[in-house]
Amino acid sequence: MLRFIPILTIVLMIGPVSAGLIGTILPAFGILPALGGTTPSLEPWLALVAQPGLGASIRLSLVNGLIATFVSVAIVMLFCAAWQGTRTFHTLQRILSPILSVPHATAAFGLAFLIAPSGWFVRVVAQFTGWDRPPDVAIIHDPWGIALIAGLVAKEIPFLFLMTLSALPQADTARTAQVTASLGYGRIAGWFKATLPRIYPQIRLPVLAVLAYSTSVVDVAIILAPTTPAPLAVRILGWLSDPDLALRFMASSAAVLQLLIVITAMAIWIAGERLVAVVGGRWAIDGHRFMQDGAVRGMSAVMALVAAGTVVLGLVVLLVWSVAGFWAFPDLLPRGFSLRLWARELDAIGNSLTTTLLIGIPAVVIAVTLVLSCLENEVRTGKQAGRRAMFLIYLPLLVPQISFMFGLQVFFSLVGLERTLVSVVLGHLVFVAPYVFLSLSEPFRALDPRYGQTALCLGASPARVFWRVRLPLLTRAVLTAAAVGLAVTVGQYLPTLLIGAGRFATVTTEAVALASGGDRRMIGIYGLFQMVLPFAGFALALMIPAVLFRHRRGMGAQNKG
Amino acid sequence: MPETIKSGLELRDVQVRLGGRELLAVDLTIAPGEIVTLMGPSGSGKSSLLGHICGTLPDAFEVTGQVVLDGKNLDGLAPQDRHVGILFQDDLLFPHLSVGGNLAFALPSHIKGRTDRRARVEAALVSAGMDGFYDRDPATLSGGQRARVALMRVLLSEPCALLLDEPFSKLDSGLRSQIRAFVFDLCRKNSLPTLMVTHDPEDGVAAGGRVVELDG
Amino acid sequence: MRSKMRTFVSALALAVGLATTTLSTPAFADPAPDVGNWQSVLDQARGQTVYWHAWGGEPRINDYIAWAGEQVRERYGVEVVQVKLTDTADAVTRVLSEKTAGVDDGGAVDMIWINGENFAAMKRNDLLFGPWAEQTPNFAYVDVEGKPTVINDFTVPTDGLEAPWGMAQVSFYYDTAKLDTVPKSAQKLLEWLVKHPGRFTYPQPPNYMGSTFLKQILTELVKDPKVLQQPADETDAKAVLAPLWGYLEDLQPLLWRDGQAYPQNGASMRTLLADNEVDIAFSFSSGEVSSAIEAFELPDTVRSYVFENGTLGNTNFVAIPYNASAKAGAVVLADFLMSPEAQLRKQDPKYWGADTVLAMDKLPKDMQDAFANLDLGIASLAPSERGTVLPEPHPSWMSLVETEWQKRYGVVQ
Repeated sequence: MLRFIPILTIVLMIGPVSAGLIGTILPAFGILPALGGTTPSLEPWLALVAQPGLGASIRLSLVNGLIATFVSVAIVMLFCAAWQGTRTFHTLQRILSPILSVPHATAAFGLAFLIAPSGWFVRVVAQFTGWDRPPDVAIIHDPWGIALIAGLVAKEIPFLFLMTLSALPQADTARTAQVTASLGYGRIAGWFKATLPRIYPQIRLPVLAVLAYSTSVVDVAIILAPTTPAPLAVRILGWLSDPDLALRFMASSAAVLQLLIVITAMAIWIAGERLVAVVGGRWAIDGHRFMQDGAVRGMSAVMALVAAGTVVLGLVVLLVWSVAGFWAFPDLLPRGFSLRLWARELDAIGNSLTTTLLIGIPAVVIAVTLVLSCLENEVRTGKQAGRRAMFLIYLPLLVPQISFMFGLQVFFSLVGLERTLVSVVLGHLVFVAPYVFLSLSEPFRALDPRYGQTALCLGASPARVFWRVRLPLLTRAVLTAAAVGLAVTVGQYLPTLLIGAGRFATVTTEAVALASGGDRRMIGIYGLFQMVLPFAGFALALMIPAVLFRHRRGMGAQNKG
Repeated sequence: MPETIKSGLELRDVQVRLGGRELLAVDLTIAPGEIVTLMGPSGSGKSSLLGHICGTLPDAFEVTGQVVLDGKNLDGLAPQDRHVGILFQDDLLFPHLSVGGNLAFALPSHIKGRTDRRARVEAALVSAGMDGFYDRDPATLSGGQRARVALMRVLLSEPCALLLDEPFSKLDSGLRSQIRAFVFDLCRKNSLPTLMVTHDPEDGVAAGGRVVELDG
Repeated sequence: MRSKMRTFVSALALAVGLATTTLSTPAFADPAPDVGNWQSVLDQARGQTVYWHAWGGEPRINDYIAWAGEQVRERYGVEVVQVKLTDTADAVTRVLSEKTAGVDDGGAVDMIWINGENFAAMKRNDLLFGPWAEQTPNFAYVDVEGKPTVINDFTVPTDGLEAPWGMAQVSFYYDTAKLDTVPKSAQKLLEWLVKHPGRFTYPQPPNYMGSTFLKQILTELVKDPKVLQQPADETDAKAVLAPLWGYLEDLQPLLWRDGQAYPQNGASMRTLLADNEVDIAFSFSSGEVSSAIEAFELPDTVRSYVFENGTLGNTNFVAIPYNASAKAGAVVLADFLMSPEAQLRKQDPKYWGADTVLAMDKLPKDMQDAFANLDLGIASLAPSERGTVLPEPHPSWMSLVETEWQKRYGVVQ
């Protein structure tokens, strides 16, 4: 029966995405009976092309997304190259989970307050310059979208770092580093020439997922990106929300365009990979040692710490906002404090936390079960799932949500599954499972196969080998993957809202609704609420193995994932 | 274990191929209690042969010929049904179980009852000179102790044949002869047909049985 | 092999069974209530749950809605669940997608807080239930004569398809601690900005508040205001709108961030004022400003004012989609929202601070006194300070203005 799980998983991933895409492509070509569109036509596309600033919107999505991804990847690679195995590395590893628990929008809000002209950094400067008004400079919503890139990079670095961490153990990096050092190469050069080519294939999919996200992000863009015009995804949301219902056709064609942008970005990236492979191949053997890399090492540490520090500092600042009375420019701290808002919200939070868990826990449990089953099936049949099959599982990560959510809503209405808990859990599962897969597949495949072989030859059935040998050895990896899954489900907004038809008020739907009120206090409070569950998940992922295997020293080395 | 005639391990014209290239070909019979040493350079397919015999060889390899154990053809049988034990270079003791847990894992299911099973494990520990080690963490054991536990584990699973994949190469030289003696004694005592793969000629000498040389 | 087939078949059967149970439509048909017979409406409503889709960005409003829900639960046995939206259009989309899927009954949306273009769109596409609003008991108190917008939503007749809930009027606000005098007309605003460049902005159209600002300017500058009450005529439109574009040509370079970036909604604009990035902002309710002060969003030196020639005013409503699951419950809830008691609490800045749709002279004496004695909050405008209320233009004018604005100023790069 295990044999059918991979197919089932793929169906669960592709099904909703295809259904959603159909529901978007049809209106894009004029077919939406409820609005009187019954014949195919190219009108929506013509209307789209006539929109002012379309080129700029496309550019903002495509170029800024590519740059943000490139910068994130570069910083993570440089940091791993320069500091792997050192104390700095381990420190950053430890603060990784809390940062991963911060929702994208919360991190963006925090960053926005830090760097805005009326924000905290300028206030510090204002202490010396005596300004009583913020300078009229566009730092956030700047025309080039630098703030957007910064906001994306700050959150993508921790995620890519986590993915790289799970790929490193397999590549025997410690010994490779020793070898390259003994051959006279500087740390960074040695890592880039010897280790990077080995681990990059493992992290390619997470990188592509990050690229897809960056080129189609909505919530971070609303907070940080330019507004004249905004990136395409933000404009699509605006068109979908327009009272003029006839705009839905054009919005659908824009959603298809958004999908094309993501595909183009991925094509450019992969072409870039090939180029780097060719150039890098020559560079790898040209003998340059780059022994004087102290400056670059320092810079990479600074960049990584700045990225992490920004998120943390932004969070601290939002925490201060949540207890603030009125906080004027250029005060460094609010004039008064009040716990009134916290008191009121803590009363109400119980319901939304329960709903979040009611959706999240089944989604995570099902996802982990499916992924473990697929991976176990691989081991038992001796066949690794084909690349194409893997790509299909990651499809929900690579297709922008906005390109298929509206169609998915219609689909669920059609089958009458709207508003049921089952459908919301399924809707979340579509996004949770790929991340769980990303997180768990490396550690699973990296497990020494001889453990399983030994256990089989000792007479244990394959089921016993899985439950008694493989699973315990993967305890931390599974719990971490579950924590990642929990973070993903807690942060879902569109699926809960659209498929749940508003019946399910989770912490995130409440947070987004309140964010539209613009009050930084509420944003701070709800941002912290959104963090509670993922953070607990990561903490448990660390603590449970530590407790369970406190008398087993060998388990520390095993559970590097 | 069914009472069958112990005729040992027969490799009848077994040829291992990978990608069309023949890696090795053997045809030999190992009597119960006999230790046959297979020697050859790396890449000659020795480990693949062991993998084929215990049933864990990946599909990429093509193997012809028959493997027969105590009169029963092993082809098509799942590894857990073959009663063939294997010891690797690394002891591969399960890090999440205690020493006793590792040993108890190997005990066949027809031995029932907690006290019964515990008694068996304790007896095995005593015979290995590791009395009182039941609750110890395997990571705290020395190399020699781990090797002994690994062997006891295999023996507790009541195998009908034993495969050794360079089992002594990671041990200190001083320890090696000690562990070799321990392993071979137990193989003979339990009348197990044993096939050992190694590149250390001293292993073959210590085994005292036939030594088969493989070409590369 | 046999056992594997068996497990597969049983798994498949289980899956099919599960699917069919969840695939059955969860909701049941809800017959239209007979609004003429109020008792029958109350009977039908008892036990229903009304999913009210309303903007959820302001906790005080959410609290008020919760209070209203408690009241109708106690009095009429109707459960109210607020579905917090970021944008009213989300609810419109939901009803639309249900209509697309052929879900003509048992829909997810029972009531929407709505007005203006959203209402016009729903009415045009037959997405609303009704008429029902004018037959409810409490509609008798509504000030139809003094507040014509309660039955004319942005010049589109409501036809009883939505019940009035609150009045809104554009008012500006500023920090008295930072400014002494403020400009009280469009022209004076321009002159003021010349002296204080970069200290004013408006939300980016087509956001509701941004469009309102443009409408306000247009209404002030247009030669014949009555033209705006009619649907836009393409041929004359250019001439009518010309003064607006002339004004904006002068205004735009003086805006905050040189007009390169805009706040995205009224709340962001309020934050800009709080952060001292701009000196003047505007909102649809001076009571909202008092509430904001209470919530520490603005300093307590902020005050509201109106333009000397009047500012735009409108009404906001609650409407019921054609396929709602709890129509009777929604009607009962809407009726309660129009009750003097609910309207009084709504106007009280302790709870919300929004203006009532009711006519004082239609209320019983004790209610009249209660309203008169209400402390309206430090930044709220007393009724006498409101000045003239200008009517909203026809929605077609706004579409033209928004489209043209997008072309001229929506893309700066």
